[in-house]
Amino acid sequence: MPLDQSFVGRRYPPTVPYQVGREKIREFAAAIGDANPAYTDVEAARALGHSDLVAPPTFAIVLSMRASHQVVKDPALGLDYTRVVHGEQRFSYTRPIVAGDELSVIVTVEKIRSMAGSDIITTRGEIVTTSGEAVCSAYSTLVARAPDPLPETRVPS
Amino acid sequence: MTTSVTYDGVEVGEQLPHRSFPIARADLVRYAGASGDFNPIHWNARFAVEVGLPNVIAHGMFTMATAVRLVTDWIGDPGAVVDYSVRFTKAVVVPDDEGGATLDVEGVVAEKLEDGLVRIDLTVRSDGDKVLGMARATVRLS
Repeated sequence: MPLDQSFVGRRYPPTVPYQVGREKIREFAAAIGDANPAYTDVEAARALGHSDLVAPPTFAIVLSMRASHQVVKDPALGLDYTRVVHGEQRFSYTRPIVAGDELSVIVTVEKIRSMAGSDIITTRGEIVTTSGEAVCSAYSTLVARAPDPLPETRVPS
Repeated sequence: MTTSVTYDGVEVGEQLPHRSFPIARADLVRYAGASGDFNPIHWNARFAVEVGLPNVIAHGMFTMATAVRLVTDWIGDPGAVVDYSVRFTKAVVVPDDEGGATLDVEGVVAEKLEDGLVRIDLTVRSDGDKVLGMARATVRLS
């Protein structure tokens, strides 16, 4: 069933602030198997000119994905989340995320379309500090694969 | 740690050191916990098959995070990545066996932009197939 087009352009209120902690950055870096010292050693991060541990370039997904659930898990939208795979992702940084940041996400629905029976939605999450400083824009495109087994479209390509 | 890669020192066409990264099922479970993405297609084979996938597949974000290590290891400072985008063109199937899956990542300096910005294009394959499309990282070099 096609998604509700009236969601396009909707802008959601800022999410409850997320406190970026050193241990969360270390945990995330360990989970992606990345031993870069800027993720774990405060002195190493400071030597690079950062105020504290730096988050890996894809860390923003932790905030932006949770924020986008406001939209994509809204039953009124009509997205079958059990069939969702990630289609595209972009992060555009004004500055890196560092430990100590308090960040909110403001989600906007950019685009909704349908292709070969799959529903496709693009959201933009503006990640800002609680004092309003822009940090990162996270663009996510999710694809809910067509409900019936169509071998060629099982995995979006 | 200081970066030895400078804007003036890089040339368009320069290859970054090629890397291969193994992915085991346990890596996906750990990533699920750290990222908060507990979609069962990334850890539950029974569920993955029920929804029409061949087996458990890696989080696209895990693949994206792994691929950019080629860039951050090359420049040293992960905070120098100012833009990073990918398309997830093919799922990375991660069987629950000793071998798991492997990501083969290549990178090339694609363009030198203004203000010390350099665009790196990444090619990411698993089992010979390209799994990311238009994988591009823009970094700020001194």
